[in-house]
Amino acid sequence: MTEDAAVLENQRLEIRLLLEAIYQKSGYDFRGYASAHIKRRLDHVRARNSIPSFCEMIRRLIYDAGFFDEILQALSINVTEMFRDPEFYRAVRKSVVPHLKTYPFIKVWHAGCAAGQEVYSMAILLDEEGMRERTQIYATDINPQVLEAARRGIYPLESVRQYTANYQKSGGQASFADYYTAGYESVAIAADLKKNVLFSPHNLVTDGIFGEMNVIFCRNVLIYFGDDLQDNVVKLFLDSLCNGGFLCLGSKESLRFSAHADAFDVVDAREKIYRKRTLRLPAIQGEP
Amino acid sequence: MQAVAIGASAGGLEAIGEVLEALPSDYPAVVILVQHIAPHANDTLARRFQRHCQLPVREAEDKEPLLPGIVFIAPPDFHLMVELELRFSLSREERVNYSRPSIDVLMETAAEAFCSGLTGVILTGASVDGAAGLATIKRLGGRAVVQSPETAEVDIMPRAAIAACPVDAVLGLAEIGPFLARLGYETPC
Repeated sequence: MTEDAAVLENQRLEIRLLLEAIYQKSGYDFRGYASAHIKRRLDHVRARNSIPSFCEMIRRLIYDAGFFDEILQALSINVTEMFRDPEFYRAVRKSVVPHLKTYPFIKVWHAGCAAGQEVYSMAILLDEEGMRERTQIYATDINPQVLEAARRGIYPLESVRQYTANYQKSGGQASFADYYTAGYESVAIAADLKKNVLFSPHNLVTDGIFGEMNVIFCRNVLIYFGDDLQDNVVKLFLDSLCNGGFLCLGSKESLRFSAHADAFDVVDAREKIYRKRTLRLPAIQGEP
Repeated sequence: MQAVAIGASAGGLEAIGEVLEALPSDYPAVVILVQHIAPHANDTLARRFQRHCQLPVREAEDKEPLLPGIVFIAPPDFHLMVELELRFSLSREERVNYSRPSIDVLMETAAEAFCSGLTGVILTGASVDGAAGLATIKRLGGRAVVQSPETAEVDIMPRAAIAACPVDAVLGLAEIGPFLARLGYETPC
């Protein structure tokens, strides 16, 4: 079989139709996701189920109630660690926390919180900075399965070594073991750390604003979105932030290529910490 | 725009350095590199390769447009992909051939974006990563270059690539840079 341009073009059409079917069947809208990523993930599901083509996947999606969940799990990437990128957390302590301390109460949004590692990392950091009692953390994800895992806050024992190393490098002020209880094969995050956290489903593509935030963390989520969708989601963040609110992206993500780059100041270029500019009204121009 | 995608694993730091040294400062193609590296490594790779290269070398950022005359490196612990709009995208999906970044992931997506305008290069390594990617490049009309196993510090990756597809050139390490330097000036197919 030759894979010439026409074959690829047909395949792209099949994928567009499959994404349309997913949207109409489930309400989940992956149509604006980065196409190379989407193709790889859908092809993964296709091959695993020995389905001959993306077109055949549409039929399966329509008539097999469990199939959508398999697609959702494949499209939802949840690889992370507690205090992943320790330098980032150092930068948050140094550049973001001092501003947050000037507020009597703050709201923090973890958009795309996966299994909660970042949420609990931030809860620990805020606790050590003496701010947790005056913080409401919102943790959202599109995937109900990982959201449930985040709520449970139970992680494999073998990951703790890495988490501990990250925590120490991140400027942690206590012993990481204070924050969990260990079982035979897993550790459970201390219940106290969950006190100010509200876990809730939220889809960045189709759902809107739900509060005025002081900080939004959205790390390694935008990478899966295409340009236009990225712009829409950055606009959603912009509208959700208070003036002077902070947006924290993943270390390889950037607002440089975004349509809304001008609405933010760069706080830390390396760690991708941005701050919403205070709205300035344009100068009134005289009639020409 | 023409593109060159280079993949290396064990022994790659030296090999890539030697290849990059041969590229002229007005090189008209975009160069994209995947070097297998530990997930918690920092961005020393770009600085290291920059010492060997007249072209600017940097880690690719998400949605960054591909530009000729720049060497882009896949960041540690991310797959690097090329979108049809000739922008990069990153992913933290599971490892492919035990690797993130994976050479296959870069080459398969770049092949779709560039078709005949892409040259794939497989250098030294103790992995089979890159073999399937190079085969995709060939299927879509691009060119395949492999470091001769005899000159590779570890020959597993070059051998796997040679077995996977009809490669256009098997070259000694010293010849690969000059070969790529000439390629850049040919008219795109």
